[in-house]
Amino acid sequence: MAAPDHAMPLEAQIDQWRNYLRRRQAIHSVDVAELEDHLREQVATLSDAGLAADEAFLVAVKRMGDLDTLSREFAREHSDRLWKQLVVAPSETEEPRTKARTAAVVAFGLAAVAAVALKVPALFGADLDDDAGFYARNISLFVLPLLAGYFVWKRPVELGMLKWLALGFVAAAVFANVYPFEGEGSTEGLTALHLPIALWLVVGIAYAGGRWLESAGRMDFVRFSGELFIYYVLIALGGGVLTAFLLVMFDTIGIDAEEFVGSWLLPCGAIGAVVVASWLVEAKQSVIENMAPVLTRLFTPLFAAVLVTFLGALLWTGGGLEVERDTLIQFNLLLIVVLGLLLYSISARDPASPPGVFDVLQVVLVVGALLADAVALWAIGARITEFGFSANRVAALGVNAILLVNLAWSAVLYLRFLRGRGSFARLERWQTSYLPVYAAWAAVVVIVFPPAFGYA
Amino acid sequence: MEISKDLIAASSTPLVLTILAEEDSYGYAILQRVREVSGGAMEWTDGMLYPVLHRLERHGHVEARWEIAPSGRRRKYYRLTPTGRTRLAEEQRQWQAVDATLRGIWRELSAQGA
Repeated sequence: MAAPDHAMPLEAQIDQWRNYLRRRQAIHSVDVAELEDHLREQVATLSDAGLAADEAFLVAVKRMGDLDTLSREFAREHSDRLWKQLVVAPSETEEPRTKARTAAVVAFGLAAVAAVALKVPALFGADLDDDAGFYARNISLFVLPLLAGYFVWKRPVELGMLKWLALGFVAAAVFANVYPFEGEGSTEGLTALHLPIALWLVVGIAYAGGRWLESAGRMDFVRFSGELFIYYVLIALGGGVLTAFLLVMFDTIGIDAEEFVGSWLLPCGAIGAVVVASWLVEAKQSVIENMAPVLTRLFTPLFAAVLVTFLGALLWTGGGLEVERDTLIQFNLLLIVVLGLLLYSISARDPASPPGVFDVLQVVLVVGALLADAVALWAIGARITEFGFSANRVAALGVNAILLVNLAWSAVLYLRFLRGRGSFARLERWQTSYLPVYAAWAAVVVIVFPPAFGYA
Repeated sequence: MEISKDLIAASSTPLVLTILAEEDSYGYAILQRVREVSGGAMEWTDGMLYPVLHRLERHGHVEARWEIAPSGRRRKYYRLTPTGRTRLAEEQRQWQAVDATLRGIWRELSAQGA
């Protein structure tokens, strides 16, 4: 920092110092206020001891420590603030800008590789429609290894970890393809659904690098996943508009582009967009960072209202649920949405701020979802023997149990936090340490279910 | 005598917790107290205290509140929570164990030398 002008009055010097401090992303304005109070007190004490104001200021600043070290310490403690800094290239210097450009080139390159890879099996006679089973089981393997590779390229990991990541993908490829699935069977569908979930954990480990074992590292990955989802939906919407125009326009000149769209543009675009969206999440962090919390804040009260009304109506009518074969899956989806809202608002929340109205809403949402699910489970339990234990139903029940445990304990921790008996960090830790359970369950479904249910 | 950085970092948690166990306090006063009790041997860079305080706050060991100081400025005060008290007791046990171990083995060493 520039040496303050000796002729400057104390207030101007403090202003300048404050501005230097504010430029550090890891130090928020409340912290600046705290540090300023400290600095002023120090200056006052030194002045009382006989130092001139500017001398006192210099000594006080020096004692505070140099700003780089200080903001590094703040960033280490507040890693949720740090992650912005880690990935967004500061615009002032030229060197990081070229690095950002390289990242863009690499990301689009990998997206192209994923798109081409998707069409490689076509060389061997595989077809998107005729071999839908093969593609459904393997779709995540076309893109997720590349995505993991992108993160490893950005944040190199140890060789030992690299081996484990590779092992995860190889094992996935093996289990997706060695089993003799019956055509149109439900275990094949389960593998197609669960393999990406299990592999997403591998991607997470690659994303967080050495920080996977830390709660903050996993939370960053949760944040990343949510933002990736938003970006992906936005890209998909744009892509849909583009495709519609393309079809209509070529139709006017008598060319039928449907074949091209169906077998090239749509599948290749959809898979490449995963990598592009991931790159966007990191490169344009601050744009979306404000959007995701807004979305959760918008939908948490709405979902809570729907759930409370539903429970009220259930009590009012006094009747049970109309249980059908898919009821459990619908309630699973509900719990997943609620978990998503919970996870996302946790990841976007400043853990240090005191409980507020929104936290109460969050608890209402979680408890409402739990009650609704309990009612559904009770109704289903009565008829499970009638429906029988098919692979689909066991998988749905398993997911329901895992979600229930997660949400129930979250509700307990949240209530404790609201009543001032526990810290928000505990809730955060619970959520992040529970994440591998989902991946483990998904792996069980992929590995154990097909043989257990006769590949049907 | 200058105490190594690692030791200062390691002892910061029990030290801050103890000072807050005495009474609620704020950053500058905590540092003054550290200087006072250590006779100047524990030289902290002032700014480094704050990440420590924020970490303790995140773990729920201390609670923070903003008040208007006598000077008229806003000031962040910290208070020890029950979990913080438990943590302090735990820290005390650990440090006493380390202290006892070192004392013991040094006593043996000087006995051998004699």
